[in-house]
Amino acid sequence: MGIWIEENAKVLVQGITGKQGMFHADKMVEYGTNIVGGCTPGKGGQTVELQGKPYPVWNSMFEAIEATDADATVIYVPPPFAGEAIMEAADAFDQVKGEGVVVCITEGIPTLDMVKAVAFVENRPGVRLIGPNCPGIITPGDGGGAKIGIMPGHIHAKGRIGIVSKSGTLTYEAVAQTMSIGEGQSTCVGIGGDPVNGTGFIDCLAAFEADSQTEAIVMIGEIGGNAEQEAAAWAKENVTKPIVGFVAGATAPPGKRMGHAGAIISGGKGTAEEKFEAFEAAGIACAKDPSELGAVLLEALKKAGLRNE
Amino acid sequence: MNIHEYQGKALFKANGVKVLDGVHCTSVDEALSAYDSLNSKVVAVKSQIHAGGRGKGNLYCPNTGDLLMEGGVKIAFSRDDVENYATNILGHILVTKQTGEEGKIVNHLYVESGCDIAHEYYLALLVDREKKSVLIMASTEGGMDIEEVAEETPELLHKVNVDPNAGLMGYQIRDLGLALGLSGAAHKSFGKMLRSLYALFVKEDCAMVEINPLVRTGGDEMVALDAKVSFDENAEFRHKDWDEIRDLSEEEDVEIRAKETGLSYVKLDGNIGCLVNGAGLAMATMDVIKLYGGEPANFLDVGGGANEEQVKTAFSIILEDPNVKGILVNIFGGIMRCDIIARGVIAATEALDLNVPLVVRLAGTNVDEGKAILAASTLNIHPADDLAEGAQKIVQLIGGEV
Repeated sequence: MGIWIEENAKVLVQGITGKQGMFHADKMVEYGTNIVGGCTPGKGGQTVELQGKPYPVWNSMFEAIEATDADATVIYVPPPFAGEAIMEAADAFDQVKGEGVVVCITEGIPTLDMVKAVAFVENRPGVRLIGPNCPGIITPGDGGGAKIGIMPGHIHAKGRIGIVSKSGTLTYEAVAQTMSIGEGQSTCVGIGGDPVNGTGFIDCLAAFEADSQTEAIVMIGEIGGNAEQEAAAWAKENVTKPIVGFVAGATAPPGKRMGHAGAIISGGKGTAEEKFEAFEAAGIACAKDPSELGAVLLEALKKAGLRNE
Repeated sequence: MNIHEYQGKALFKANGVKVLDGVHCTSVDEALSAYDSLNSKVVAVKSQIHAGGRGKGNLYCPNTGDLLMEGGVKIAFSRDDVENYATNILGHILVTKQTGEEGKIVNHLYVESGCDIAHEYYLALLVDREKKSVLIMASTEGGMDIEEVAEETPELLHKVNVDPNAGLMGYQIRDLGLALGLSGAAHKSFGKMLRSLYALFVKEDCAMVEINPLVRTGGDEMVALDAKVSFDENAEFRHKDWDEIRDLSEEEDVEIRAKETGLSYVKLDGNIGCLVNGAGLAMATMDVIKLYGGEPANFLDVGGGANEEQVKTAFSIILEDPNVKGILVNIFGGIMRCDIIARGVIAATEALDLNVPLVVRLAGTNVDEGKAILAASTLNIHPADDLAEGAQKIVQLIGGEV
């Protein structure tokens, strides 16, 4: 199981003929992801070689989905064209099969392009957008699995912990922490660090709560906005599984953008302190140091009767 | 990216948003001829810096530190007043609530015609992260600190979210105008202004447009008396003209250089330099340093695919800060391979003759090769297995107590 992406999900790559797209498509195939081809306008009919095997390229997402019955797509298209790539994928999934998952890795998409793209996706209820500016989503399997994005596959293992995070490398840190206590992951979702994105914390929490494989959740936030606070309040009412949390940026100065476009404390709002408080008020077990996530998770699992020792 | 008020007003004027006549000046002589040309008995002499609170700020001499004048925005009733105010402002340091104690040197001045004010309002457009759309906020409480209005009298702050597919609708403009108590010519003038502002916001890829105050004149016309405009940096590729209006003196030189090499750097006040891959992990690294009793000297994200050259540049940028007493490198290799980082660290420390303690924590892709490369070097590099250990080591090495 896992959420949204099954282990054997059929995946397309938008921008597959580009340097980034091809590099990561190759890594995904190596991991065991069921890549079924890609899309680059103007290069339809060509093939790309991934791990020594040819994969077809289509001119449009309509053609690609019709030909492959893909379940998901991952976008490695440069920022000026990424907003439209999201909308093309959403439109094609909606028209061809009424559903699909669109994962956008691209960093640096103009905010107003995302405002438009998110509204476009929300008008197509069967389509889910993950990202942009995120590491992607991975559902580890029994030997292989579905890695849709740029995360290092080899650090993951199939298990029962669901992970959701705004950050890339900090997600890897969380994954390593689960492994350090002998736990694997059901699905790890990077929702991205942009101010306007698709799937949010609450969507992930709801899906993890409903997923039979997931037994506990790790949630990693960062400064800026109030998505973490809203998610914490929602979790208090709706999530029965144990949640462990961390928020990055306690030492960030106000008014300064910390790398991610969305990571900024503005008007005294969106501080790490506020978010930790909201987590604690919702009964989420907090780690003040990401190196402690494993220990805090272990404690939470014991408390919930999910671990004995 | 922020721009000055005078630039924002030029943008307003070009897009049909009513502003007063004004002239941008960089010298006292220019300010005087601006006064002569404006043909207005009363003029405003306004310091131009990228920070709010100018009116209530103070001007200081950069050499002696003496207080020269209270207030960075002055109303001049004569030519002599203009000369006096411009002299006190230009080349001097303006300290406001938003600049920090060090303040900012004022190199630009805006001299603007006087205005017959009947009432002051507040108007702003910005991207609403939660509703994922453009938000318009307006209030009858103009000229005030809007955070205070939102806190104390939220019923006086009126909000409208614009559907990105439908655009700004007539009824939304009417509702907002009525909420502000506008009628007749003033309501009509407000509607025209709001349509122009929304179009400008979208066309120019703004992150925020704030007008405080927006005024209704005695003649029932709505005029933007201030203009605070910032752009979404992600959209820079389609606005080639931004290079011309960017005031580099308002930005940290080292942050600009970092950006040019693909690094994201923010200077802080502490003494432990950090070099990290990924924004979230970079913030977490700073947090953990603080947790173990240290103070981070910077935020530095080398990104997902840094090469040896970028690592070297990152080190040299960190070392430019004379406060730096030690460095913590924290890399979780994903796309980035730890062996490449290890070689980059060694090359950089050799080339830069590093003489402060260095702690390196590597994890992820090719971690064993990376650790072996560091261990084989004769350089004084302290390895760490996790972030907490790394932070504790660097705090101890610079003589702090954990």
